[in-house]
Amino acid sequence: MPSVRALTDLLKQGFVWRAGELAHGGLPAVSTGFAALDEELPGGGWPAGVLTELLPEHEGIGELRALGPALARLSAQGRWIAWIAPPHLPYAPALQAAGLDLERVMIVRTRNATDALWAIEQALQSNACGAVLGWPGGASRTAAPGFAQLRRLQIAAEGSPALAFLFRPPQAAHTASPAALRLHLQSVQGELAVRIVKRRGGPLARPLLLRPAPVVPVARSIPQFLAPAAPAGRLGARPAPLPLAANHAVDRPALSDAAARFLPSRLAHG
Amino acid sequence: MAEGRALLACNAAAQALGVRADMPRAAALALAPALRVRERDPALEQATLEDAATWAGRYTPRVSIVTAPRVSIVTAPRASITQTAHAGGLLLEVAGSLKLFGGAAAILRGLRAGAAQLGLAADAACAPTAQGAWLLARAPADEAPCLDAGDLAQRLRALPLQALECDTAALAAVGLRTLGELLDLPRDSLARRYGPALCAELDRALGAQPDPRVFHAAPERFHAGLELPAEVEHAQALLFAARRLIAQLEGFLAARGGGAQGLRFTLFHRDAQTEIDIGLVRPVQDAERFALLAREKFSALALRAPVRKIALAVDAILPLAPASGDLLADELKPAGDWAQLAERLRARLGEQQVGGLAAHADHRPETAWRSAPVGGSGRKPGAKPTAGPHDPRGQRPMWLLEQPRRLQESSDAPCYAGRLELMAGPERIEVGWWDGREAARDYFIARNPAGALLCIYSERYRNDAGWYLHGIFG
Repeated sequence: MPSVRALTDLLKQGFVWRAGELAHGGLPAVSTGFAALDEELPGGGWPAGVLTELLPEHEGIGELRALGPALARLSAQGRWIAWIAPPHLPYAPALQAAGLDLERVMIVRTRNATDALWAIEQALQSNACGAVLGWPGGASRTAAPGFAQLRRLQIAAEGSPALAFLFRPPQAAHTASPAALRLHLQSVQGELAVRIVKRRGGPLARPLLLRPAPVVPVARSIPQFLAPAAPAGRLGARPAPLPLAANHAVDRPALSDAAARFLPSRLAHG
Repeated sequence: MAEGRALLACNAAAQALGVRADMPRAAALALAPALRVRERDPALEQATLEDAATWAGRYTPRVSIVTAPRVSIVTAPRASITQTAHAGGLLLEVAGSLKLFGGAAAILRGLRAGAAQLGLAADAACAPTAQGAWLLARAPADEAPCLDAGDLAQRLRALPLQALECDTAALAAVGLRTLGELLDLPRDSLARRYGPALCAELDRALGAQPDPRVFHAAPERFHAGLELPAEVEHAQALLFAARRLIAQLEGFLAARGGGAQGLRFTLFHRDAQTEIDIGLVRPVQDAERFALLAREKFSALALRAPVRKIALAVDAILPLAPASGDLLADELKPAGDWAQLAERLRARLGEQQVGGLAAHADHRPETAWRSAPVGGSGRKPGAKPTAGPHDPRGQRPMWLLEQPRRLQESSDAPCYAGRLELMAGPERIEVGWWDGREAARDYFIARNPAGALLCIYSERYRNDAGWYLHGIFG
């Protein structure tokens, strides 16, 4: 029965999926490191060979930390991670701390959006990267890529073994995109709420709550008198005589009482 | 093409007018008054042959050049011979290379294709003797290589007399047409009547006499130029010429078993020249790679004047890093070449735009990282990174702002898309007094209403100190 076999082949390759069913096809996927998210993504992780759009509501809410576990896993395999037209400097010590091998990181800066799209396409086509992180707006962040340009990237991604992440502004969620997976990210009370805008499979009603690698360790949280509950006046004022944490840069013990009395007068001169 | 009074070669348009390559120049001009006759340039011929010999070095180190004979008497050979009678050529001793390149037929194919790439019209033949191969190439009949002496003798006998290098006018006058008929004549009288050169040539062709040749020595550095047939105004059109030079370069590199890491194209204008440098991450021998990079460079180029000549130079021939295979090749291993990607991006975006990262031990965030060459130190990938995931100094932001941004303040609290609340801190640094970029700061982790985690600091020891945004926890 060759015709039946052809259909099962197609289903396996992930080019065809049945509505209402997640496409657990032959698409290679890399676990996101979050069990709740893995469960809802076709293939059980960030899918390779398709375009994934991330639409964070605001930068800094954890959009990169959400990728951290997957990128660390790829990096441990010795695969390359290309950052194309990033909006700021990727900070080397932080990447290292997240488990990325800096020797396998390629930073590509571009002058305009056209170059950024071109570079993302090249990186996907080259088959050299484990993950391609692209900010397709270019350095200006104004020019939004059109559907045709995104379609080019999706086609480039289809032949590629890489994870392809595009970071786009949240307003892009309202426009059509050829990307196979689109996630809207928002911070809800310190957790990252992931709303799946589009995936191969049925829609998801509720957003998922993720807790990416905690940034603020409990032991090192802010002293009580500086905490948000304190009167607002304390925040803007110079927080000069602070009890110093034991592991701060100068690695001195906390100031003695005598030193603390001395400190304000020295500050006045300095 | 002409030399002295004799016409040596003509193109199809001239042939259509009745001009034949064996005519005296005056006769040709009488037939086609508009005929443009160019003088033969022996120096250029020699240079072309030397370039080709350098290229052919990829198949064997033993390449010798056969310089084209000068015309002495106008003969009337058959038209098919005329094309090759005045041609120079190359002799390659490939006995030691047959196994490597997959046999004589494969080498012949490679030579024909290569000659076409270099823009030369060439015939190729293979025989057990150098002179035999030369004669077979001068009168091409059969593309298959001739591999043993018996076959060679048979094929030589079938050759027309004009294939010989010796002057054959006198032989043709007595009614001989093929080498076979000549070989059937008694040797003694042949030598007596037509001189020893004729017999010597026949003996060398048949392998009865040794045939030592001088081998071409490839130059130490690669330099090749190409005169363009017409002035070129668009950089894209130069690519065709550049490809020829690149094909030459590949042969040159293959002959030395080396690679090039930097190429320099020079475009010659009427009274100026433009230099285009192409850099590679590591030495490469592959013409396709060079051509790809050249295309990116040329497409971004705006010519300031028409180009008359293009040259390619490579100063350093570097040893190639051999590709190491993996015994347990992993399916997930990158199939593509990262170095190729980096070069490609660099060729279009600029050298400085593509780089790697390195961490540096410093407490100031702005100096705790360095840009590094892509691929870094070449440390074995997968080896343990220098710093573990547990940095004792606490969490670091994924993004660093190139310049710390002064934050607005409202009702005494710093703002960044809304009022910030402090989450953790302070982390106090007081460093840099030794290198003049002193930093005395208290770093805090702050969160804005949208939930973005930020790395902000306030300057100590400064009275007007406000709050600065320095990093974003992506």
